[in-house]
Formats: sequence, structure tokens, C-alpha cells
Amino acid sequence: MTTTTPKEVFGTESTPTPSLVRRIFDRWQVKVAIIVICVLWLIPAIGLLISSFRTSALIESEGWWTFFARPFDTAQWTFDNYATVLDQRGFGNAFLNSLAVVIPSTVIPITVAAFAAYAFSWMEFKGRYILFVAVVGLLVVPLQMALIPLLRLYTSGEFFGVATPFPHPINGTYMAVWLAHTGFGLPLAVYLLRNYIGSLPSSIIESAQIDGATHFQIFIRLIVPLSVPALASFAIFQFLWVWNDLLVALVFLGGTPDVQVITQALAELKGQYGQFEHLLPAAAFISMALPLLVFFSLQRYFVRGLTAGSVKG
Amino acid sequence: MSERERLHEVVKERPPPEDGQTPVARLGLGLLRFFSAFAVPVVAFIILWLTFEWLRDADANRAVIVLVAVAVGVLGVFLLYWAMDFAVNRMPERWRESVRPWVFVGPALVILSIFLLYPAINTIVVSFRDATGEGFVGLENYGFVFSDDGMLRAIRNTVAWIIVVPFFAVSIGLGFAVLVDKLQRGEAVAKSIIFLPMAVSFVGASVVWGLIYDFKVFGAQTGLLNGIWTAFGGDPVSWLSKEPWNNLLLMVIMIWMQTGFAMVILSAAIKSVPDDILEAARIDGATEIQVFWRVVLPSIMSTVVVVTTTMVINVLKVFDIVFVMTNGESGTEVIAEQMIRWFFRNDHDGRGAAIAVILFLAIVPVMAVNVRRFRAEEAIR
Repeated sequence: MTTTTPKEVFGTESTPTPSLVRRIFDRWQVKVAIIVICVLWLIPAIGLLISSFRTSALIESEGWWTFFARPFDTAQWTFDNYATVLDQRGFGNAFLNSLAVVIPSTVIPITVAAFAAYAFSWMEFKGRYILFVAVVGLLVVPLQMALIPLLRLYTSGEFFGVATPFPHPINGTYMAVWLAHTGFGLPLAVYLLRNYIGSLPSSIIESAQIDGATHFQIFIRLIVPLSVPALASFAIFQFLWVWNDLLVALVFLGGTPDVQVITQALAELKGQYGQFEHLLPAAAFISMALPLLVFFSLQRYFVRGLTAGSVKG
Repeated sequence: MSERERLHEVVKERPPPEDGQTPVARLGLGLLRFFSAFAVPVVAFIILWLTFEWLRDADANRAVIVLVAVAVGVLGVFLLYWAMDFAVNRMPERWRESVRPWVFVGPALVILSIFLLYPAINTIVVSFRDATGEGFVGLENYGFVFSDDGMLRAIRNTVAWIIVVPFFAVSIGLGFAVLVDKLQRGEAVAKSIIFLPMAVSFVGASVVWGLIYDFKVFGAQTGLLNGIWTAFGGDPVSWLSKEPWNNLLLMVIMIWMQTGFAMVILSAAIKSVPDDILEAARIDGATEIQVFWRVVLPSIMSTVVVVTTTMVINVLKVFDIVFVMTNGESGTEVIAEQMIRWFFRNDHDGRGAAIAVILFLAIVPVMAVNVRRFRAEEAIR
């Protein structure tokens, strides 16, 4: 290194520095440790990637690691698995269904929560604080607790003996899943957005009010644009959560092939013991494509969203 | 007359909107306002409803259905708010400002009441009832939960999960965060690799690990673990039916997925430890290992606690891994998986509900720690 920072000069002067050899050795140990952990973490993923491109005969007759013995033998490669999975096993359909579930299941809770968070922060009404605490308190309810009553509500079309406004039967429709995910995601969303929206400077809202803007206009024109970072982190958290969810889809969407989402399709394919083993890696990769894309393109928001999600029950 | 003055004249000449009208006209206008206040939300609701009905029964191309569904879901929610605000604006002035907050919070409160509050209460009630959820059976279901062999195994396994997974995930994540902090280059790449499994679904992870744990009765072994095992001269083993080690193998999947979460949060905490404290310790002759145990770890302890509790909650609810990998067989039951089993496969609502309540009771204290901690952090920020 040609330039030295004051800190380094200070450090080398006043401490009994380990010899250069020792320091390089330390670095070297650190690097080896990191590489070992990274390789361990990558092995399963690499196995999946390799397997997904191998011919079915090879997948069934030998381990994927034999690829490393002859990586340039092009005869072992094929795109057939992907084609079969997308076309014949209905994964193209399932991918679309997942989109139909995940986009509204992300947008609806954010919209509902943002409106509520705005009211909790900037509007005067009776019981504002108590209601907010009650909403946050619902964070502790695990979704397992809501499954049984909700399923009954959906299938019976009754709520405490009174007919519900839901089109009947709602179970097995996209809306059933959207509303369920909205309910399960709302406490966290309200909590996070209220913290964010509540911390915006009151002067901008007051000056907008003086200019004659209604609450609705202030919300749309001012609050939403200013809250993009908070909205984005929750959106990513919720998106991943819904995309990767199996349980809620299994319970409320039902398993018929025309509506099933991608996690269901994958779980089903895995359940068919051995029969479609050669298709599993490709199928799994298709199911991971979108989350991975989101991961790589929005990494910053992604991490923040997941950390924020640490209080979800 | 200047342009401006003429404009003034024009404005002055126009009569104020409602003044000078006959009472009949005023009544008509009021009625119109009243009617549109109701009509717009109702029409919006009916449109949405009809589309839902169509979506349910339609036989159209999947892509078209999906497109319509997305459009309705996304635009519909906004349309509802807009329509409600429209209605409020047409109300008499003195009501407007007291009604408006409820337009904003109302939907959230309604959804939460129907989808969380009511089900939570209902589940507690049903947990005291029989298989059909009709007859009252007292504490029988709870007696069952703590006496059935499968449930006892599930509780035992869940406790093991709660101890093992957070311990390893947090330890490895912490160790990795410390090491990676010392790197000059490649920190971001190394972190991404560890963090990557967080983006993957439990089902996807199960498929990934299937390639490791796979067992074949005949022919070459295609699972990596058996590949290594047989290379060292062992006989192929059906790992996932090998009690009690199969539980450990399932936990490895969860550790693989959760370590990245611990690592990212702990790494941020480590970076926020002030440099001068570390420097001071080093000048005093502390080795790097001493610096870690005596300085770094104590200053990030609260973050370690949060990460651990969060992971405990995640682990308590683990369902998919077990469901997909072993289906809860060969002694791999866990609580969340048993709940689904009793409710859906064995059709016993009461028992399923009782298990859900147990899960809830286990989560509450952990959650309380987390929320309090989160609030303290927010207060500092």
C-alpha cells in the first residue's frame, strides 16, 4: 500500500505489531474460513443448478457431482427438463397463478395499511391510540390460529350466523387468498408504515392543509411519494412471503391444477415419489427465479424489508 | 378595462353556487348529492363483485384471467378508497371531518377484525370443542395434546428445533459476520452467498436438500451424502428415515436458510461498534479474539437477542420443510405440522385448534421481548 492512513501509522508505532508473516497468515486463515463456509452454502444450490440441466437418464443413474469429472461433455446437457416442467407439468400456469396471487396480495395490504397509518399519524379521532395498540397487538397471532375459523367462514358463507358479503363460496378463489394474506400482513404493515409516516415533518402536512389540500390529496400527492423507502421494504418482505408461502395457498386456494400456485405445484411434484425426480431441479429453479431476481436487483430494500419483518408473529 | 379587471367582473357576475335558488332546486341538489354519495361506492362495489364472480367461473385463457385478477385486485382497492372519499366529500360539512378518519382506518380495522381477531377468538373457543367443532368437551383436547405419542414427539422435536437451529444459525452467522468484516474485497459477494437461501421458499429448499439426502435402494446413489458415505465404504443409508438423526438433517435445511438473516443483521451491528473502542483495546494489547469476546460481543448483545428470538418464532412455525421432506413420518413431527395434520387429514377441529392455541401461547412471550426491543430501537432512532 502506498498511502497510509493516520490510524495505521498510529497502530504500527504504539503496539507490539505481530510480524508481517503472522499478519498475512491471519488474513489467509480468515479467507480460507470464509471460502469454506461459502462453498458449504453453495454446494446444495450448485447441485440443483447442475441437475436441472442434466438429461433424465443421468439424473437417475449417477450423482450430479460426477459432472465435475467431465464438465465439457456436452451430451449430458439438456433444456428438456425446463420445457417439460413448464409445458406438461403445468408450471407455466402455476407461475401465472402465483403472479395473480402475489401482486394483489402485496398491493392490497400496503394500500390499506398506508391509509390507516396516515390516519393514525395525522388525523384526529376518538380512540386513535388504543386502536393502534390493538392493531400492533395482533402481531402475536400466528396465522395457524386463523386457518380453521377462516376456512369455515369461507366455506359456510356465514359470520356469527349472519350471511357474509362474500360471494359464495369464496374458497378456492384468488380473492380468498388475497384477503387472507392482507389480514396476516396488515399488523406488521400498519406498524412499520405508521412509524415511518408518523416521523415525517409535520410542517409539510400543515402547509399543505393551509393551501387547502384535503387529507386524500395530501396522502396521494405528499405522503405516498415520501414513503417510498418504507413502502418498498414492506412490499419486498410481503412479496417474498406470499410467493414462498405454501400453507395459505394450500388451505384457501385448494389444490386443483388450474388455480394452484408454484409452491403447491412443486410440493405436489415432489410428493409423486420418484416418478418425476428428474424434473424436480428444473421445477425448483423456475419457482426460485422471480425471488432471486428481486433479490439481486433490490438487495438494499430486500435486506431492510427482512429486518423489519423480525416482529411478525 | 385591463384584462385583469375584466376577469374580475366576470367572476363577480357569476352567482354564488347555491344562493338565490328556489327551495325545490336546493332540495333536488341535496338529494343528488346524497344519492351520489351512496351510489358511487355502491357502483364501485358491484363492479368489483361482478368481476370476482366472473373470475371464479370464467373459462377464459389463464393469462387473461390472471391479468384481469391483478388489475382488479390492484385497482379495486384504490377505487374503493377513492369512492369512499368521494362519498364523504358530498356529506354535510359538519359531518365530514369526523367521518373522514374512519374512511382511512375503517377498512384496516374491518379486515383485521375478520381475518385475525375473530379467528383468534374462535380458535380458542373451538379448542374446547369436539372433532366437528360443535359439542363442548372441556379440556379434553389439551389433555390429548399432552398425552398423544405423536404430539409428545412433536413437542420434543420442536424444543430441539428451537435450541439447535437458532444456536447454529446465530453462531455461524455471527462468526461469518466477524470474519467478513476483516476482508478488504469481496465482502458483498460473500454475504450475498450466505444470504441467498433467504429468498428461496421452504419447498424449494426441500427440493435442493433432497439432492443431498437422497437414497436409492438399487443402483448408484444420487444423493451427495450417500455419495460421500459410500465412497468411504459405508452402506447406503436412508437418511430421512433414520431416527432421531433425520430431525437433525431437517434442521440443517432451516439453518442453511436462516443463517443469512442472522449474518446480515449482526454484520450491521458489528459495523456500528465505534472504531475508537476497538482501537483502544488493541493498543492495550488485546488479541483479536479477546477484542471479539470482551468488546464486540457485549456491545452487540441486544441485537444477538433479537435475532435469536426472531429465529425462535420462525422455527416454532416451521411447517413446510417437514411437510415436504418427511410428511411428519419417522418421528419427525413438529407442532405446526401436527396442527395441519389434525385439522385437515384427521378432520378433528378441536384438536387442531388446541394445537394452534399452544403455538400461540409459545409465541406470545417471545414476541413481547421482540416488540419491546423494536420499540426501544425506534425510540433511539
